Amino acid sequence: MSKDLSKLAGIDDVLHDPETAHLMINLNKVLSRNDIPGIEIQTEELSDGVSIKMVVKEGAIIKKPVHLCLGITHTQAVQRILMDIIVEDGAKIDIFSHCIFPYGGDIKHIMNATAKIGRGANYSYIERHIHSPKGGIFIDTKTKVSLGEGARYKSDFELLRGRVGEINLDYEAECDARSVVEMTTKISGSGDDIIKTRETAYLVGEHSTGVLNSRIAVKDEARAEVYNKLVARAAYARGHVDCKEIVQGRGSAQAIPIVEVAHPKAHITHEAAIGSVDTKQLETLMARGLSEEEAVDLIVSGLLGA
Amino acid sequence: MEILKVQNLTLTLDGRKILDNLTMSVTAGRIHAIVGPNGAGKSSLAYTIMGLEGYRNIEGDIIFEGESIKGLSIDERARRGITLAWQEPARFEGLSVRQFILAAAKEKSTDAVKQALERVGLGPEYINRAVDKTLSGGERKKIELASILAMRPKLVMLDEPDSGIDVMSLENIFGAIKYLKQQGTTVLLITHSPVVMEHAEHAFLMCRGEILEDGPMEKLLPYFKGNCIPCRHKNQPELNGEFPI
Repeated sequence: MSKDLSKLAGIDDVLHDPETAHLMINLNKVLSRNDIPGIEIQTEELSDGVSIKMVVKEGAIIKKPVHLCLGITHTQAVQRILMDIIVEDGAKIDIFSHCIFPYGGDIKHIMNATAKIGRGANYSYIERHIHSPKGGIFIDTKTKVSLGEGARYKSDFELLRGRVGEINLDYEAECDARSVVEMTTKISGSGDDIIKTRETAYLVGEHSTGVLNSRIAVKDEARAEVYNKLVARAAYARGHVDCKEIVQGRGSAQAIPIVEVAHPKAHITHEAAIGSVDTKQLETLMARGLSEEEAVDLIVSGLLGA
Repeated sequence: MEILKVQNLTLTLDGRKILDNLTMSVTAGRIHAIVGPNGAGKSSLAYTIMGLEGYRNIEGDIIFEGESIKGLSIDERARRGITLAWQEPARFEGLSVRQFILAAAKEKSTDAVKQALERVGLGPEYINRAVDKTLSGGERKKIELASILAMRPKLVMLDEPDSGIDVMSLENIFGAIKYLKQQGTTVLLITHSPVVMEHAEHAFLMCRGEILEDGPMEKLLPYFKGNCIPCRHKNQPELNGEFPI
């Protein structure tokens, strides 16, 4: 079981590296873990999931990314993950989270996460999903992040393999002075997939910075609703919202950008593009001999970084 | 040997004739220039030969290697060996230079990508860069030309190949054009620049959607410099009686 998940996640080597921390969970069971100095991890198996508490100790620099593998190898199940992460002052950690649901049907993955990033600390979180091509998966993820003075937080959410099913993503960050938040979401939907994403950042400290990026592609009957909210409430707070959605076939997409500035010395910019593939891009690739379908696939894969 | 023949080509956009009963014959294996003032229809002619959207509803015919290509899509024309480099190349967010060049390349290898880049004066450090707004217009122009070198087409139309290119890099562009010819590619340079025109062997003089004259570059260059560039009646050749060709 653990072999299936690690193989799909492509982390077989990582699991045997004593210097790399990892935690592998299938449904509500911890299958394997490796702890390293600088990080304290506590887990508790619940009836329908796992509670994870992670503390990165003050000043600890975790050199290799920590791998979390959250899987469900059932066709019908609910998995609830509660995750609290504290990155203490001056610490640095990169977490690579592999969410593997290879056998769709009636799968629910519900995650409630909080992260507290201390002064001058640095936390990056990559969440990569691999889903069954059959669909039948429901994802509901809520993450709340608070950034201390001078802290940095970067999140990358990616769901490009398999069918989305239905997804509700909700990321929210509050940024103290001189902190930096950057959130990116990349999702490719097809069939009758439903994609709902919310990225919100409150820049409450002076000189804080926020960037919210969304890259969504929908085709067939898939629908996407992308909500980005960036609020600047302090002097010299700077932010940018960038949303691009490519719509093919009978897919549909909606972008709701909200930019709010509540200080005369703050500044936020916004750009959004929704629609079919750019004609010039398409014609350039077709003029090199690619069929229309091949050209669209290449353009979309570039946009999504696939 | 003729590679391309355009016969009585008329293109009307928004009720205005952009190409007017235009006929031209392009000899294979040579570098040709299509010269004329802005608005003469040079780019429209290239877009029509390539079959771009909005440029397909035409009268007349386009014959490539003896067969009409009028009914073919862009990619079908490209697979026959025709391609086009835009004056302002497209940006591709997230697409690497390597992916972009390989998409066109005959030989699907990193070495082929490196060689094509080298021909246009770019080093291997460009391979993993994205073809997006982080590159200057001139860099994107060179990368587009590199993709054409890798494609090895039979006929390439280069629309304003010098635009956005700094003086230092112009020699790379002209070198790449010469290399295309050496590889057997027929080159059509779309330009209003005498400097670019000088790199052609043969030229077509275009004005208001028509080819007014064609002949050896050496013959048309002095006329273009002396008469077309200072012309007071741009795209009104009938008023230009003071400068008969």
